[in-house]
Amino acid sequence: MSLTADDVKKIAHLARLGIEEQDVASYAKDLSGMLDLMTRMSDLDTDGVEPMAHPMDQVQRLRADVVTEQDNREKFQAIAPQVEAGLYLVPKVIE
Amino acid sequence: MHNKTIAELAKGLRSGEFSSVELTTAFLGRIKQHSSLNSYITVTEDLALQAAEAADARLAKGDAELLTGIPVAQKDIFCTAGVKTTCGSKILDNFIAPYNATVVDKFNNAGAVMLGKLNMDEFAMGSSNETSYYGVVRNPWDINTVPGGSSGGTAAAVAARLAVCATGTDTGGSIRQPAALCGITGLKPTYGRVSRYGMIAYASSLDQGGPMTRSAEDAAIMLQTMAGFDEKDSTSVDLPVPDYRAGLSNSLEGLKIGLPKEFFGEGLNSDVAIALEAAINEYRKLGAQVTEISMPTLKLAIPAYYVIAPAECSANLSRFDGVRFGYRCENPADLTDLYTRSRGEGFGKEVKRRILMGTYALSAGYYDAYYIKAQKIRRLISEDFKRALSEVDVIMGPVTPSTAFGIGEKIGNPIEMYLSDIYTIAINLAGVPAMSVPAGFANGMPVGLQIIGNYFSEDRLLNIAHQYQQVTDWHQQAPKGFE
Repeated sequence: MSLTADDVKKIAHLARLGIEEQDVASYAKDLSGMLDLMTRMSDLDTDGVEPMAHPMDQVQRLRADVVTEQDNREKFQAIAPQVEAGLYLVPKVIE
Repeated sequence: MHNKTIAELAKGLRSGEFSSVELTTAFLGRIKQHSSLNSYITVTEDLALQAAEAADARLAKGDAELLTGIPVAQKDIFCTAGVKTTCGSKILDNFIAPYNATVVDKFNNAGAVMLGKLNMDEFAMGSSNETSYYGVVRNPWDINTVPGGSSGGTAAAVAARLAVCATGTDTGGSIRQPAALCGITGLKPTYGRVSRYGMIAYASSLDQGGPMTRSAEDAAIMLQTMAGFDEKDSTSVDLPVPDYRAGLSNSLEGLKIGLPKEFFGEGLNSDVAIALEAAINEYRKLGAQVTEISMPTLKLAIPAYYVIAPAECSANLSRFDGVRFGYRCENPADLTDLYTRSRGEGFGKEVKRRILMGTYALSAGYYDAYYIKAQKIRRLISEDFKRALSEVDVIMGPVTPSTAFGIGEKIGNPIEMYLSDIYTIAINLAGVPAMSVPAGFANGMPVGLQIIGNYFSEDRLLNIAHQYQQVTDWHQQAPKGFE
């Protein structure tokens, strides 16, 4: 299975990931190589096998609905690229 | 001082032979002297000396623990409050963590002295430490070779005696493979044994932190501090932590060792195979019974891993968006441009490759064929381990197909690099614990023996490694120039 340059650009867009035009061909080649590796998975019959998401097959723990976190807004916003009046700033989204 | 074990150093600190400030100063000096290895990203000299003074006061009061005053270092994947935490990436080059990882808190509470933060492959994605934004780390046994990865900085620093011991993390072999290539002892605990809180996530169902040390006894001491339930980590397992040193001296008489034939076939370097055969013979002398076993699903571990790990990585790394912390591109035109360029400029090539792979594997139309298929194979691999470990006590084999490879040798061929993790990856998929133990040399470079055990059998693995280290001295050998 091989991916084209257009496939790579489409995937990069889905991931909101900028890639250099000159690197597209090499990503296409590397990803196609990875997909070739993965075709080996079809050698094994997995009908009726339950997918395994977690080594311990754990379920999420429940806890009492009480406040456990303090307000750390100032601490967290101190490391943000751009904040104002307690808000994270991004370029204008709504005209 | 720098060749002593944790237990020996703890004794010296208590007898007044040296203070923690003296010990810490000596290690800080060695770090400066050997900075060309590039094993540290950040050296926290002032904080280390303050911690050493506090440790000396605690020792004087007599309420010290074994790690009190011992100079350790943290892989730069663990968040350290007030200290830069980069995960080896440009996107976190300006990131000062607002809180400590649970593991870091545990070392601090024990009174350990943190010397600094160790270099690593970017976001722990790599097997050679060549994907770090902060440059390649050099293997102290031969500076033209890689230290392995992703915990390459940790392995190089511990082997070169630039820290007594240090933390690593292991998603597909990132503790064991660099430990093997640098001739040190590394333990990947059972998934869920060590808290992942504040440990920057790569593939959450596989990631596990663990100790990297010069001996199994030191690893037992470190794991004692690291292990345990943490309510802040939803996958942490709530089981009591045994005394990891208590069983170190147990006899290995009657130990059943299984050697999977799939581990010793084509692809294994013959000099590595010879060293491993000698190590297994030592175990025979210690009373173990060795049998060949078969684990037919092992060959599918790499394809399944390179679906599951990138899929989880693409989800985890979506948090790096240039909005709340980390790198943001200059003059974004709009919100999409901000995301796309911040991520595009902030991540390196290997990270991008895995984000792309994971995004593809999770996208509509491919999810069942790749992600669900890989998770089904993961179940079969895990059942293979359970079956094998009901027949034998431990599984032994190589950690890596060869000794350390040259810097630049594989970085241009990602698939070849992935294949170098062929013996370690299945263990993470199953979630069982495994160690790498120094087992001799091939052409002057260290060889690691892998010991794989059942879930939560870290105490048994440490016992098995420790007994081997009582009859061999591979683990005590230092690279030339670092003695």
